[in-house]
Amino acid sequence: MDIIRQIEAEQMKKDLPLLSPGDTVRVHYKVVEGSRERTQVFEGIVIKKQGGGLRETFTVRRVSYGVGVERTFPLHSPKIEKLEVVRRGDVRRAKLYYLRKLTGKAARIKEKRN
Amino acid sequence: MKKAIIGKKLGMTQVFTPDGQVVPVTVIEAGPCFVVQKKSKAVDGYEAVQLGFGELARGQVNKPQSGHFQKAGLSPKKYLREFRLDDVAAYEVGQEIKVDIFAEGEWVDVTAKSKGKGFAGAIKRHGQGRGPETHGSKYHRGPGSLGSIDPARVFKGQTLPGRMGGKTVTVQKLQVVKVDADRNLLLVRGAVPGPRGGLVTVKDSVKAAQ
Repeated sequence: MDIIRQIEAEQMKKDLPLLSPGDTVRVHYKVVEGSRERTQVFEGIVIKKQGGGLRETFTVRRVSYGVGVERTFPLHSPKIEKLEVVRRGDVRRAKLYYLRKLTGKAARIKEKRN
Repeated sequence: MKKAIIGKKLGMTQVFTPDGQVVPVTVIEAGPCFVVQKKSKAVDGYEAVQLGFGELARGQVNKPQSGHFQKAGLSPKKYLREFRLDDVAAYEVGQEIKVDIFAEGEWVDVTAKSKGKGFAGAIKRHGQGRGPETHGSKYHRGPGSLGSIDPARVFKGQTLPGRMGGKTVTVQKLQVVKVDADRNLLLVRGAVPGPRGGLVTVKDSVKAAQ
């Protein structure tokens, strides 16, 4: 294996759950406020996954107080303390940008059955 | 110059800092280098250390060269570079120099031959603006005016198309992000001139003291 890949492999997390677009996730993200550090939980639907290897990122969308909020996290970031998959969604697209136009009942995603 | 090493650019990647920042880095396989010769004031008129890097197969070296390496008691090296270090006396012929002369957080200057761009126009070579594409314009990527008509000549240094790249470029004050002595790796923040696999020299930064 070439050295660049080795360096990247060393930094990658091995115990990550398998994410796919449509899943509802809880991201435990470390936030530094002044001098102290605390964990913030961001829960929402994964609307896209992008990049590969160490550079992979995912975007989580949630609607809070009627305003749509999207946050993009690097998948292997050390700031992510814990990543939980709450619910598996059944979707037909890799990028769920259409959710941005939908609200309320229409913005629901079917649960995946297996 | 306090210290220097020769290496090979392996490519770029990214590294996470403990607090989650993503840092773009260039990976350099630096050393091990060997002191092949010491230039002295008495014999050569200046003081310098000649470092060798990279192995060479036996058939690739001619007799005068092999004698040069035999004198130092070393196997033939692919690349030889001289560095005018401050304390040449502290080095010995045959001495090994490894990446661990550099430490994390230090500032370095990296010198390499930039990628050749061939015959490039004024826009790419000098960053000039371009003409309109449409609306009847016939002036697209030309070099523009070459000056007034009065001097009846073009002044030296006029920015014109020509050969670009393939020159020795130094990038100053790059920060060392990580030193891996086991694998001879040096991770430097930011980009470094030249292609992957190109020869680079890393020195302590001239600007770091300020």
